Amino acid sequence: MNATALIAEDEPLLAANLQAELARAWPALQIVANVRHGAAAVEAALAQRPDVVFLDIQMPGMTGLEAAQALSEDWPEALPLPLIVFVTAYDQYALQAFERAAVDYVLKPVLPERLAQTCTRVQSALRQRRDSGNNPAASLEATLAQLRGLLASNGHAQAPAMGSAPVQLSVIQAAVGTAIHMVPVAEVLYFEAADKYVRVITAEREYLVRTSLRELLPQLDAQRFWQVHRGTVVRADAIATAVRDESGKVLLTLRDHKDKLTASRLYAHLFKAM
Amino acid sequence: MTTATDDRTTLTPVRRRSHFGVRGLRSAGFGVVIGICLSLAFGYSIWSALAHSVCISTSCWFVIDSTRLLVVRWQHRHAAPGSPEAETRWPGWPWMLLIIVFGTIIGFSVGNPVADLITGRSSPGFLRGTWSQGLALLVMSLLPGLVITYYFYSRETIAAKEAAVETAQRQAAEHQLKLLESQLEPHMLFNTLANLRVLIGVDPPRAQAMLDQLIAFLRATLSASRAARHPLSAEFARLSDYLALMQIRMGERLQTHFDLPDELAALPVPPLLLQPLVENSIKHGLEPKVAGGRIDVSARREGEQLVLQVHDTGAGLSNGHSDGTQFGLLQVRERLATLYGAKATLELANAGGTEGGTLATLRLPLPATPPTP
Repeated sequence: MNATALIAEDEPLLAANLQAELARAWPALQIVANVRHGAAAVEAALAQRPDVVFLDIQMPGMTGLEAAQALSEDWPEALPLPLIVFVTAYDQYALQAFERAAVDYVLKPVLPERLAQTCTRVQSALRQRRDSGNNPAASLEATLAQLRGLLASNGHAQAPAMGSAPVQLSVIQAAVGTAIHMVPVAEVLYFEAADKYVRVITAEREYLVRTSLRELLPQLDAQRFWQVHRGTVVRADAIATAVRDESGKVLLTLRDHKDKLTASRLYAHLFKAM
Repeated sequence: MTTATDDRTTLTPVRRRSHFGVRGLRSAGFGVVIGICLSLAFGYSIWSALAHSVCISTSCWFVIDSTRLLVVRWQHRHAAPGSPEAETRWPGWPWMLLIIVFGTIIGFSVGNPVADLITGRSSPGFLRGTWSQGLALLVMSLLPGLVITYYFYSRETIAAKEAAVETAQRQAAEHQLKLLESQLEPHMLFNTLANLRVLIGVDPPRAQAMLDQLIAFLRATLSASRAARHPLSAEFARLSDYLALMQIRMGERLQTHFDLPDELAALPVPPLLLQPLVENSIKHGLEPKVAGGRIDVSARREGEQLVLQVHDTGAGLSNGHSDGTQFGLLQVRERLATLYGAKATLELANAGGTEGGTLATLRLPLPATPPTP
């Protein structure tokens, strides 16, 4: 069975080995890209549109899970999402999550017998997809549900490792020139990731703080602040309306601000009538 | 890991601190012994002697022990939390002597009439009879009080010491386990094995070299706690083994540089003291950075101090400190405090300069007599 694949693994020897083992287990599989980090994986996958992506979990910059999230958000609507196979050395929490979410995974060191099983599973999933006449919507919803489960359990898995629960922020300290502005978290409409910074938007103005959304998120009250996109966290009671478009994304308008936000398909399930 | 668990289960079971009621029974037992002695020595009827000595010793015990508990409780309330005064169950000898005199007088005055009631005989109290008879009686009752108190005191002290030893052993075992887990981090181990498995197929000589480094690293990690010191050159060699393993995994993303002046090579240092700092540089500095970077490990002498530095050109310190549990740093600081007290310091700072990253600086006192003249 012909198919295309992408490998994302930060350790060069292991990346080369996975490619070699795949060539043995599935000679007709064409590796279109073999990259060393998460951001490169997203970029290459969007450009090459492979059928399967093998994602290492621990990679510099963007982890495998984050890359999968980015892929699901940026993938063109008309095409089916690639099948995702996670590769990991040791991560007991994640493994439990994979079992539950029924996403396939490969353990390092990669053993040929196990990899052959994975290939069989991927082939049958691809065959099913092709037979059903390329219905992207059906497979997409399944993949999104799996990813949601993984991202949620990944958050749980990391919390105890940090020791005590992180302290909830009540004020954002933002530098403006030489002054530090104390911005009450309750006044923040939304946070938006901007490279190495986070934009903090209130009704009056916006601030830039030097932190990542990843670091900020655990310090926010999850009941009040909803993540609606990998780069956007919005205060739930600042949202005025939510309108779903035909692609499955949700357009949000705010009460005190003219900005419009987009909730990705991964988070669209948050907006349902009661 | 099993060793630590085994240690814990084979510890001698600690005698628990005796219970209030148990002490009462023991005191009554002492009363029996005293009664038999008195009846043998002075020809009292055994029944009367037993009744009196048991009643008096029990009531003396009751007054002394409960007064002691009250005093100890009062002391706890007025002691700083965490201080030894807040933990002890012993009020100290001056207090205790007062309590024994007071308790003996009251205990005798209560126990004696009770025994009289039981036996139907009247025996002299402190206040009946002559002044000297009263004093003789008091001294006779005080002596056993002192002896019995001393007996309980030493029992409790031994029990408390055993408990402290057990706690210390358990903490040491737990610490050892945590240390081992942090050093033999499963993620590192399995990734290393995965690389090794690949190398065996494609480059056997390199695989052999990698295996040698892994063996040296494992041996050093497992025996680090046993040796108190090893030469600085050995410390650098172990770090180089570890970084060589990491280099196979990370490829060009990891560069290393070591700087150890010859005259410092023989200086004794605690084994694997720098290991957690280098691990942090990898984990929090270079691994998150797509481009990777360089780790410099250096030693130099500054006056009477040995300065060891681990510098990485990685991501730098995050102000959130949300990544990791800080166990590595904590462990280095604890070891320094135990071995050198306030004479050793560990500083962690953003490296600044054009390359950025993190700089960890360790300062140790040089040994009094340098090995090289």
